[in-house]
Amino acid sequence: MSSAIVSRGAKRFRVIVLGVSTGGVQALKQLLGALPADFPLPILVVQHISPESGDGLARLLDELCAVRVKEADEEERMSAGCVYLAPPNYHLLVERDGLLSLSSESPVNFARPSVDMLFESAAAAFGDGVIGVVLTGAGFDGGQGIRRIKQEGGMVIIQDPDDAEASSMPEHALGLVAADHVTSLEQLPALLKQLLAEDQAGRPWSRGQGKNRLNGGESQ
Amino acid sequence: MDNEEIFDIESRLLLEALYRVHGYDFRDYGEASLRRRLANWLSGSGFASLSEAQGRLLRDRKLLDQFVCSLTVNVSEMFRDPLFFSTIREQVIPHLKTYSFIKIWHAGCATGEEVYSMAILLQEEGLLGRYRIYATDINEEVLGKAREGIYPLKEMQRFTQNYQKSEGRSDFADYYTARYDHAILMPSLKKNIVFAAHNLAVDADFGEMNMVVCRNVLIYFKAPLKERALGLFDRSLPPGGFLCLGQKETLEKREICGNYDELARGTRIYVKRYR
Repeated sequence: MSSAIVSRGAKRFRVIVLGVSTGGVQALKQLLGALPADFPLPILVVQHISPESGDGLARLLDELCAVRVKEADEEERMSAGCVYLAPPNYHLLVERDGLLSLSSESPVNFARPSVDMLFESAAAAFGDGVIGVVLTGAGFDGGQGIRRIKQEGGMVIIQDPDDAEASSMPEHALGLVAADHVTSLEQLPALLKQLLAEDQAGRPWSRGQGKNRLNGGESQ
Repeated sequence: MDNEEIFDIESRLLLEALYRVHGYDFRDYGEASLRRRLANWLSGSGFASLSEAQGRLLRDRKLLDQFVCSLTVNVSEMFRDPLFFSTIREQVIPHLKTYSFIKIWHAGCATGEEVYSMAILLQEEGLLGRYRIYATDINEEVLGKAREGIYPLKEMQRFTQNYQKSEGRSDFADYYTARYDHAILMPSLKKNIVFAAHNLAVDADFGEMNMVVCRNVLIYFKAPLKERALGLFDRSLPPGGFLCLGQKETLEKREICGNYDELARGTRIYVKRYR
């Protein structure tokens, strides 16, 4: 493989953002547990969670998974191979320079953290460099956000509602956008690996096609 | 250039103009969260773009106040993070009791819920008449609400739960009167609280404090503005003084970090060192 083909400039994707609610713990165990330690992107996760829960979920997943899993800290720089969970009672957002930020603004869609908040910030920050994933969940959080990701040229992956423990979040999202991929949880790790392998090899997206407005500076 | 990029340029120009004309400095606020609040304000404002709004915002004080209010985060609860208040009660109050008079600066007090929570706690700990709380916020509109001390009655259930979890010593209902769908806090709680406008981005510190409380404010600031605000707090605190931050805010990586020890890991209550 020549270095020209795998040069950073040719890579499209900068981050995966993932929203999940009811049934999320099991889904996250299954998905994140299947990813290798050298997974090439950072993953930002909003799992709806009670305001009073501690960082137990992050610690549990970190123990089970090869990728690193932690609760996001404010002003923390996201890095590849690491999964950042929104802390209970805070929204998680991402800045253009790849720093994570937290917010105690009002709940959105009755949720804090809210999937929409994360997705909208990622779409604004990284344009078509975003892979947005909506998994199992009751309610309708994530719909507006996944639409923004699509509008900005990002890639949209939605769990097949028939495969989801709670189908309303994926169904709602599917009603708002044309998903690039509708998949079962079981197929999702392979799909991500395939997308990223193609991206690493400089295929199939040519430069200049998207609206990636990253000014550099974030670590990967 | 797409709409998103134009919006960003317009917002930078607007924030620069607001700073030069009115001294409101939002230039070092975190962008992701600020962008969302700007977009929300714009969508309800009747203006087609931030550029269109700019001329009015620079000249119309009332519109400006409303704009500033929607740009800042004014979400608060009484006894938010009950564990914080029980830690104050158990581990900080015994130190504060050794002083004859206690001064507390509550920076970024928004609509005042946490300030009144602190007043309740201090009174329950027998410090009535021995404290003054300086409660400041950038925003006159929310300060007005803070001074009133009137909150929606439907919030009281959650506030009561928080209060109980914070090991409150009384019945929370003793602290307010319900009228229609509002809860009016006991006027005696307002004694010894001074509400005043103060802008952490441009104003100076204003006196020695035994404790500074600034929770979930710094998360909206970029590093330079964080450093500025913490510098003000550091200048206000003598050795032995307490600095209280939000659950996800830390002094790690900050310039003043070396002057402080965390009371216990994860409490986000910092004690200034004696050198």
